[in-house]
This record gives sequence, C-alpha cells and structure tokens, in this order.
Amino acid sequence: MTSKLSRRAFLKGSITAAGSVVATSGIARAAKSITHTNKEPLATLLDISKCIGCEECVFACREANADKYPEPAKPFPKMYPNRVPVQDWSDKRDVIDRLTPYNWLFIQHASATVNGEQIDLTIPRRCMHCENPPCVKLCPWGSAKQEENGLSRIDPDLCLGGSKCKKACPWDIPERQTGVGLYLDLLPGLAGNGTMYKCDRCYNRLEKGEVPACIEACPEDVQTIGPRSEILKKAHALARQMNGYIYGEHENGGTNTIYVSPVPFEELNKSIETGKGKPHLNKVKNMMADGTNLAKAMIVAPIAGLAAAFGKFYLSSKEDK
Amino acid sequence: MNTTKKTRQYVYWITLFFITLSGFAQMPIFKRYYIADIPGLGWLAQFYVTHIIHYIAAIVLIAFVIYVFFDFIFRGAGLNRVTGFGFFKIAILAGLIVTGVLMVVKNLPNIYFGHTAVIVLDLSHLSFCMILLFVSLYSVIRKKRWVG
Repeated sequence: MTSKLSRRAFLKGSITAAGSVVATSGIARAAKSITHTNKEPLATLLDISKCIGCEECVFACREANADKYPEPAKPFPKMYPNRVPVQDWSDKRDVIDRLTPYNWLFIQHASATVNGEQIDLTIPRRCMHCENPPCVKLCPWGSAKQEENGLSRIDPDLCLGGSKCKKACPWDIPERQTGVGLYLDLLPGLAGNGTMYKCDRCYNRLEKGEVPACIEACPEDVQTIGPRSEILKKAHALARQMNGYIYGEHENGGTNTIYVSPVPFEELNKSIETGKGKPHLNKVKNMMADGTNLAKAMIVAPIAGLAAAFGKFYLSSKEDK
Repeated sequence: MNTTKKTRQYVYWITLFFITLSGFAQMPIFKRYYIADIPGLGWLAQFYVTHIIHYIAAIVLIAFVIYVFFDFIFRGAGLNRVTGFGFFKIAILAGLIVTGVLMVVKNLPNIYFGHTAVIVLDLSHLSFCMILLFVSLYSVIRKKRWVG
C-alpha cells in the first residue's frame, strides 16, 4: 500500500499539469456527449495503450463513492447453516489490487511482446455494464437494476446479498459485504447475507450531467464516454490506427465497456493475474441468449395450444359425421 | 376417469412441479440449504439451467392452458359449469402467466422496465405462485373441482 501511494504521489506530481489540460478538454467533450444521448445507451472506451497505471482512477472512484460504501453492524448475526460464509471487507478497506465492496475499480497488470519488444500494460478493470446484464435480469428481487443510459447498479437498500448476481456474472464482478442491508431486518439467520457491491458507473454524477469520477480523474484520457454507436466507431478507428484489438463489443452479447489494446486479449488474458476479485479477459458467450431464444418460442406456445384444441375438435366432429 | 382427462392431469401436475421447483431455484436457497447437494439435484444451484427449465415449463404451461381453454369452448361446455373455485384458480393462473410473460419480456435485450415495475412484477409473480400452491393443496385435500 505504502509503495503504491508513493508511486502514485510521484506520478501525480509529474503528470498533473499536462494531464489536467488534456483531461479538461476531454471531459468537456464527454460531458457534452452524455447530455445528447437521445436515450441511446452510453458506453465507455478504454484505450489500454494510454494507461500508465497511476491508479488516479482507482482513488477517484473510492473518493467519489465513499458515501456508498457499507458500514456493517458488528458482531454479525449468526447465520444458518454453517456453510454460509461471512464475507467481511470492512477491516480491509485499503485493498486496491482487486475488486472488493470498498474498491470497485482496480488496475490489472500484463506483459506482452509488441513488434519484438516486451511492454508492460495496465488495464483498469471494473463492471463491464453489459447491454443485457444477467446480474440485473436474473436478480430475484429486482435489487439489481439497469438504467436507460446503459449502466447497471445494485440497490443497497433492497439487496439481500444472495450473491446470485456474482454467480450469473461472466466476470464474477459483484462483491459481498456481510452485516449490512435489508436482510438484517428480515430473517438474518436464515436468509440473505449482506449486500452486493460493484461499480455503478457513478450514476449520481451522470444524473447531474457529470462524467464518472474515474474518467474525470484520468490524466491520460484513457477513458471516453458517449453514445454506444459513437464509442464503437471510435474504438474501431483506434483499433485500425494502432493495428489493435477490441474487447467488450461482443462479449456476453455486447457490453457498454469497450477496451482497445495493441495486444490480442488472449495474450493479455494469459498474462494478467485472475481469480477472486480479479476478472479474466476471456471471450464470453452471450449468457442470456438461450433465454432470449426460448422467449421467441414462447410466442408459439398459445398458437400450439389453440391448434391442438382445434385439431381435437375437428377430428371429433369428423368422427361424429 | 377417461384417458384424456388423466393425461391432462398428469401434464398439469408435472408442469406445475417443474415450474415451481425451477421458480424457487431462481432464489439462491437450494445450495445454502444443502438441497442441491442431494445427488441428481445439483442443477438446482445452476442459475442458467433453472432459468431455461423455468422457461420451458412456462412454454408447456401456456400451451396447455390455452389448449384446455379452447377445448372447453369448442366442446360447447358452458362457462356456468365452472365452479367458483375453478374461476378463482383460473384468475390465479392468469395472473401467474401474465406476470411471468412480462418478466420474460423484461429479460429481453434492450428492454428497460422501471425499477418499481420490476419489483412489483417479481413480488406479484411470487405471490401468485404461493397462492396457486396453497389453493392446489387445498383442492387436493378437499377434493375441489374446476368444473361442476
């Protein structure tokens, strides 16, 4: 932690002056674009080649969202059966090298070879804000919600901490904090286990026409926000320009977080540390596709029922004759 | 009891069983309470599997309900034959199907339902299910019939 802070301080001092000029103009453009969306979902473009891993975005996220972080009541209620895990991050709030209920964005490190040269890349990782988010669509209580501007978020006042959203998420993004939330007022021993937390893309800032804190804080203009179609155009232009690769356009049927990298994501995925709180960069199939296809079949169900009834009626009236 | 009637009953009860089981499996309870640990029931803790089974059971239920309804109409059986209890069960089934279909629509890509609407749908769907289960149990115990 200490070393990270000192590195951060060093980087901050050296890049603030130049960065603030660049960032301000970028933010102004972004703010303008998010107020002219005409209800098209907003997406973010992350140019990995620009990221220097300074973690300004991480600290800005923590500062902007500090009032949303859980303040669990201790001791935690005894939960039954014994297999129900207590997940407590309240004493580890300083952890910034993975996703936690107190850290919704972290920097992943990768090494790769580009044009015969070994380079280090840093990748800001957080919720992908899927176009058809399984965490939202499969939440049994409606505590996870998607907004028309494409962001998905979890309502801490309604979430019971069952962690279904985490299991449904192809990247295992949401993180649980025990001892907080609605379950405490219901049957804390028998149902629920806290509240799930993840990036909400600073929904409250967006409502005010401001860009998410991580975008505003970035001295290198790594992230851009705007209508998804425009962001995709920019991502493809950027990928062509750097002879690079795109991640997030088709993953899980499409997300509102588009990464552009000079290195294939398969290679990055081999290099990054993955595991608990550290999402992968694998290809992801559309997890909701089977449900969507069956929904189409559902239209046929009443027609089939009617046809069967009519068929039976037709046959019996033929027999009567 | 004739064969058609028996087949209908089997289809109805089997569909009701799977739709209820997969419906409850939408809540993360089967793993917590060791039910998914029972050999052969591991799928109850796999949310995408139970989601698909719930949809398939819903397709069968909708087709079945429409079939029974129109068969009743085509046979010229008067609505006055339906008992009060039957009408009550029809209303509950209709509520269950309408809220369920709306939830399927909600789950389609690029569809946004208001947050309150989603919560109301979730809770009303669960409520209709619970009422149907209790009413079905009552009808089995008290031998209540759909038609007189």
